[in-house]
Amino acid sequence: MSSSTLEVPGNTPTPRYFGREKSRTKSDKLFSGSIIVAALSSLFVLTAILIYLGSNSWPVLVEQGISFVTGSEWSTTDGVEVFQIWPMLYGTLLNAIIGLVIAVPVSVFLALFIVFLAPRNLSKVLTVVIDILAAIPSGIIGLWGFLVFTDTAAGWGQLLNQYLGWIPLFANDQNQFARSPFIAGWVLAIMIIPIITVVSREVLAQTPQELLDAARGLGGSLSGSIRMVALPHARGGIVGGVMLGLGRALGETIAIYFVLNLIFDVNIYKILNPEGGAIASMIVAKFGEATPNEINALLGAGLILFIMTLFVNLAANYIVKRSQREKLI
Amino acid sequence: MDATRIASTTNVDIEATGVRVPNTPQDAHPRNPEDANVHLETKDVHIWFGQRLIIEKVNLSFPENSVTALIGPSGCGKSTFIRTLNRMHEFIPGAALAGQILYDGKDIYDAHVDPVDIRVQIGMVFQKPNPFPSMSIKENVLSGLHLAQIKYENPDEIVRNCLERASLWTEVKDRLNASASSLSGGQQQRLCIARALAVNPKVLLMDEPCSALDPGSTRRIEGTIKELSQEMTIVIVTHNMAQAQRVSDYTAFFLAEEGAPAQVVESGRTDEIFMRPKDPRTNDYVNGLFG
Ligand SMILES: Nc1ncnc2c1ncn2[C@@H]1O[C@H](COP(=O)(O)OP(=O)(O)OP(=O)(O)O)[C@@H](O)[C@H]1O
Ligand SMILES: [Mg+2]
Repeated sequence: MSSSTLEVPGNTPTPRYFGREKSRTKSDKLFSGSIIVAALSSLFVLTAILIYLGSNSWPVLVEQGISFVTGSEWSTTDGVEVFQIWPMLYGTLLNAIIGLVIAVPVSVFLALFIVFLAPRNLSKVLTVVIDILAAIPSGIIGLWGFLVFTDTAAGWGQLLNQYLGWIPLFANDQNQFARSPFIAGWVLAIMIIPIITVVSREVLAQTPQELLDAARGLGGSLSGSIRMVALPHARGGIVGGVMLGLGRALGETIAIYFVLNLIFDVNIYKILNPEGGAIASMIVAKFGEATPNEINALLGAGLILFIMTLFVNLAANYIVKRSQREKLI
Repeated sequence: MDATRIASTTNVDIEATGVRVPNTPQDAHPRNPEDANVHLETKDVHIWFGQRLIIEKVNLSFPENSVTALIGPSGCGKSTFIRTLNRMHEFIPGAALAGQILYDGKDIYDAHVDPVDIRVQIGMVFQKPNPFPSMSIKENVLSGLHLAQIKYENPDEIVRNCLERASLWTEVKDRLNASASSLSGGQQQRLCIARALAVNPKVLLMDEPCSALDPGSTRRIEGTIKELSQEMTIVIVTHNMAQAQRVSDYTAFFLAEEGAPAQVVESGRTDEIFMRPKDPRTNDYVNGLFG
């Protein structure tokens, strides 16, 4: 009886959902074509590297078994070849963590200072200086770290040990403060501070003026407005900058090689002890005089570093996604 | 100075009458002129962006618990002027100011005045809706209390009360935790009004608050303005002449002659400005003949 209403089942049309718009014009097609080629070729290079590393190191990895990553010995003497990289793997992470703990707060505060606090002329100068610092090759920083900075940082380490030595983290068994993970962390921090700062400054400067106006207009102080508006707005970008820095820290080779003792005995937390590890630096250190089998083991170590970097990035992404859902008030 | 006088000392020296007559018979709160204390007052205000003088010699008084409409052609400097009233102007690089802005008799630009305090007491609703996109509707309403570090109890009550006064409550009461960016433009603007009300300002500056709203919500906002004017002083910029007539007790007409900074051509009681303007340019403008 009833005329057609919305409730009549068969009458509801099927909804049509939309994907991305298809390119129709010639220039659009050319454009998306080249983008696809570029994207695929980077995937291809990535896969090629993985296959190369994997296939070459596979026999050694199988031979060494799981202790390749869990064991702490590396020797080629007496014809017995043992390749185990746990101290290097762990050291890589430890150095990076120390580097981030120092670099992240410094970079974010520096970026906030440049964007919101510094007189306009000073902030222009700082921007240029930091852009230049970000472009310094790591070898130069490593050399500087080795020649100049090590002594200073060792002094800081000694102070830490003197006053906070009762905390296990700052204990030192060897009464020698050079070439420790602490110093490696500092050198990494100095390398990645410019990167994180550049990215953070860029995204903070993009905070919409009308949102800052809203916050200030409601009686927000500068720090309150930064906390409630600028930082939430920039969070994704800042984390992106931290990821870039982390990537560089994990893969850093030469600079670490200059300032850290690589020891095949895992140093879990005594960051002031002159013993640590770093996969990339170890590869460089061993490569020159390596036996054929050892070279394959080093390629295996590279593969592990590669995979670890991938996982760290995935984990970081997950953390960011989760933190974005966290309440602000 | 006569407390109820709202007069421009620029081009036309009109003698605003001292008697405040309700605009309409429905005017909810007629007052004796003696009760209308001047709350906010500008003295010889000049405003610059860089070297460019935008506004010249504005003398206006905003009596307590009244609504004053600022009208004038686009680009003449109404937003710029209203932003000087709670020290938002100074955030713009190159912005400069001369003259005094007296709030309860004290210059808000005095060296020992904390601008943050001023902005808590003199709130603002902007031309473009600007809710905080990363916060929920509820959080947006409470955001001002957090920003101004005002302690509060009963957040739910505050949220409901402010949203009701901004006539947004019925539309959002079931999704208070949804993101503010999921609202329509007009709803976002009403959210901004609710957000401004939450900190309980004594003066509310509204820069074209209805420019993004449909006629229905516009009417409701106008009702809100009328109601609010019982407890706070309101300054509203509007391009809508009918709206100025409906909501305001006083009107000031800004005009920039070709290449010159803007001045207040005429100001006074709204009915006078619209019915018996003294300056022909005011007459042309309010009757839609230019601008
Ligand atoms: N940040 C700024 N820097 C320099 N000049 C500005 C700035 N903001 C506004 N102006 C100039 O000041 C003048 C007044 O602008 P304002 O926004 O106050 O006008 P308005 O009266 O509010 O206009 P509308 O009715 O269109 O909103 C304009 O000529 C504008 O170009
Ligand atoms: Mg404007």
